[in-house]
Amino acid sequence: MAKILVKETLAPNTHYFRIDAPLVARHAKAGQFVILRVDELGERVPFTIADIDPVEGSITLVIQEVGETTRQMGAMKSGDDIRDLLGPLGMPSEIENFGTVVLLGGGFGIAAIHVLAKALHEAGNRVVSIIGSRNKDLLIMEKEMRAVSDEVIVMSDDGSIGRQGLVTEPLKEMLDAGTVDRVCAVGPIPMMRAVGEVTRPYGVKTIVSLNPVMVDGTGMCGGCRVEVGGKTLFACVDGPEFDAHETNFKELIHRTRMFRPMEQRDPDSCRMLQQADVVSQKPAAGADHESRES
Amino acid sequence: MNVSERLKIQRHEVPALDAHHRAQCFEEVAVGFDEKTARAEADRCIQCKRPLCMEGCPVSIDIPGFIRKISEGDFPGAIERIRTTNSLPSICGRVCPQENQCERVCVVGKKGEPVAIGALERFVADFERRYSLPVEGVKVKPSGRKVAVVGSGPAGLTAAGHLAQLGHAVTVFEAFHEAGGVLIYGIPEFRLPKAIVQEEVTKLRTMGVEFALNTLVGRTITIDELLADNYSAVFLAPGAGTPMFMNIPGENLNGVCSANEFLTRVNLMKAFDFPRQQTPVYLGQRIAVVGGGNTAMDAARTARRMGPDKVYIVYRRSENEMPARREEVHHAQEEGVEFLTLTAPTQYIGTEDGWVTAMECQRMELSEPDASGRRRPVPVVGSEFTLEVDTVIVAIGAKTNDLLLHTTPGLEAERKGYLTLDKATGMTSRPGVFAGGDIAGGEATVIAAMGDGRRAAISIDEYVKEK
Ligand SMILES: Cc1cc2nc3c(=O)[nH]c(=O)nc-3n(C[C@H](O)[C@H](O)[C@H](O)COP(=O)(O)OP(=O)(O)OC[C@H]3O[C@@H](n4cnc5c(N)ncnc54)[C@H](O)[C@@H]3O)c2cc1C
Ligand code: SF4
Ligand code: FES
Repeated sequence: MAKILVKETLAPNTHYFRIDAPLVARHAKAGQFVILRVDELGERVPFTIADIDPVEGSITLVIQEVGETTRQMGAMKSGDDIRDLLGPLGMPSEIENFGTVVLLGGGFGIAAIHVLAKALHEAGNRVVSIIGSRNKDLLIMEKEMRAVSDEVIVMSDDGSIGRQGLVTEPLKEMLDAGTVDRVCAVGPIPMMRAVGEVTRPYGVKTIVSLNPVMVDGTGMCGGCRVEVGGKTLFACVDGPEFDAHETNFKELIHRTRMFRPMEQRDPDSCRMLQQADVVSQKPAAGADHESRES
Repeated sequence: MNVSERLKIQRHEVPALDAHHRAQCFEEVAVGFDEKTARAEADRCIQCKRPLCMEGCPVSIDIPGFIRKISEGDFPGAIERIRTTNSLPSICGRVCPQENQCERVCVVGKKGEPVAIGALERFVADFERRYSLPVEGVKVKPSGRKVAVVGSGPAGLTAAGHLAQLGHAVTVFEAFHEAGGVLIYGIPEFRLPKAIVQEEVTKLRTMGVEFALNTLVGRTITIDELLADNYSAVFLAPGAGTPMFMNIPGENLNGVCSANEFLTRVNLMKAFDFPRQQTPVYLGQRIAVVGGGNTAMDAARTARRMGPDKVYIVYRRSENEMPARREEVHHAQEEGVEFLTLTAPTQYIGTEDGWVTAMECQRMELSEPDASGRRRPVPVVGSEFTLEVDTVIVAIGAKTNDLLLHTTPGLEAERKGYLTLDKATGMTSRPGVFAGGDIAGGEATVIAAMGDGRRAAISIDEYVKEK
């Protein structure tokens, strides 16, 4: 059991959870994730760790309601218990002083880059965070991002906050100016793929956090296989972060849709479709999934 | 009864549920002996002076001893005999490959059929389950020592039980949300009812063993931290849980998964009850299971029960070389699983949007025996053919997970990541850290894992007393 210490709603359907998990908090590093199961009927679903407080013994998750598990999480309150929580899982992000690092977060991928920004900032990097959402109401964690970045650029689809346009636009300008040493992007797959395509011609190392279907999260099932650099790797133990330029995004997109046909086999069950959405959007995906299809 | 009378009795076969009925449900297939049959089968044992069966048993159960008790009708006496060396008889009686162990060398089997030792073991274990009183807390004097066990498969559970009996305070750390290892997530309900495994875990809890679930050692906590936190010794039993793939084209198509994934979704996450249980499992209408071991049979038989049109076993050698237990092969065939032996997939073919639609296969023929003593399959030139499938379950074996190796300084491994152990004690290269079960690279059976767990418990007891 893991107790929810604090739950707040950050934006419509997007919630912040501070969870009591002393052992996870003591060992977690930026880039890692947890797998949780809400109750005894629940699915095992991964979520990126958005913040770590080893002193309080807590971790933060930011969860957007996209399917059954996340909707159940959305209905939980401070003081409630999550049945099972396992972590930290996966390889920590590579943290060094790279120089200038541009971080891109889409939707609630912003939560995932928050902890990364913090670690990179502490390691002495100049951190530029480009965060985007569909509109002003859906933008989360702007203040928190400012606290851990040297510069924050806000983008929105409709211009209701920050600049109007895609997160890749300011990135391209910076690449042209030749001031970028490393790029990390977390968000919907099309957004991460687009970031990789933008940086490729410049040869700037670009890291993305992949979100395939997972079951155990410990290397036992192979459900999380991804093709990177022509090799099959397990995202839960070899990742979840990989080089965007080496990642087979087409395959990843197919694989995240794996459970959608279940809905076609049983048209009466809309829960199956929701299920497929949970599966396809973990551990971090954005409200702006559709708008970011490039 | 004299020996020649005993030898005249025909072997009693274990009754099984009707194949048609069972192919549609998850009820246990093998029904087990009743008292009368058990006693009649026990009469077949000639009580050898030098019981070869015991040499064939990895934990040297006093087989003639317990069988004699059965024939005398003293079932509690029989279970007591077994329990001196085997703490999980209701599990072993169901999943041990007796035909390669005790029954293979049984003297009665030299001329006719061997004594049905496995079925008799299961009979007494079930008798105990039905009638025994709840297990009481261990009455031994606490040693004041803490021992950590990593992994709750048969090796970990066995070690925990013995260590608790020796008075040590045991905590079992398990990554999953439920204890039991392969017994829970791998071996299906119809072969090993989960209630049996849960009862064993409950017994251990009653004995004072603590279970720290949702704890991945190496990530949630490290071995170094455990040793610093007053654990006098650690037993590593993480299994060899990483599934292998063939690395052939198309293996990442949708509809292709490992047997571990398929079985975990169905057994542990109960996906057969989707959507009430929230974990889905994908299964089409034409299923190919690649492999010939127990895992392959379990996957094929589980798939069969979920109602597809066709379930194939695709195996590159012939039926004789299959590592699966004979009984499982026969049960699978009876349930309507079709066997394509001497056949190996060479690639998978899929749709534009990434779904598998067919597998390209090659016929094989057997040549000289290889290192494993089995005849090596070689491709037959020009024998390629295509098999239409919409689901492929890959069950070609497992390899070690190197997490503990990477997160534990001083731990050493041999080829393929199996931990280097002192043969006599089971201690790893790291003092105070012992290991056993599949991670030690032995037989990869439940009973071998249990034997390791028992041996390690004895060594750990000596080690912590000396410290
Ligand atoms: C489908 C299937 C069918 C089988 N059928 C048979 C059969 O009929 N007869 C037979 O004799 N054998 C059979 N086997 C083989 C047998 O199950 C194994 O040999 C046996 O379970 C090994 O036991 P173990 O204790 O070493 O590990 P496992 O049973 O693999 O258990 C290891 C446990 O450790 C946990 N773990 C791993 N790493 C960590 C970590 N770092 N921290 C915490 N926990 C961790 C895992 O989650 C797991 O629960 C079968 C195997 C499979 C997969
Ligand atoms: S070898 Fe066979 S006949 Fe001899 S003691 Fe063992 S079970 Fe009985
Ligand atoms: S989630 Fe099972 S191996 Fe990665």
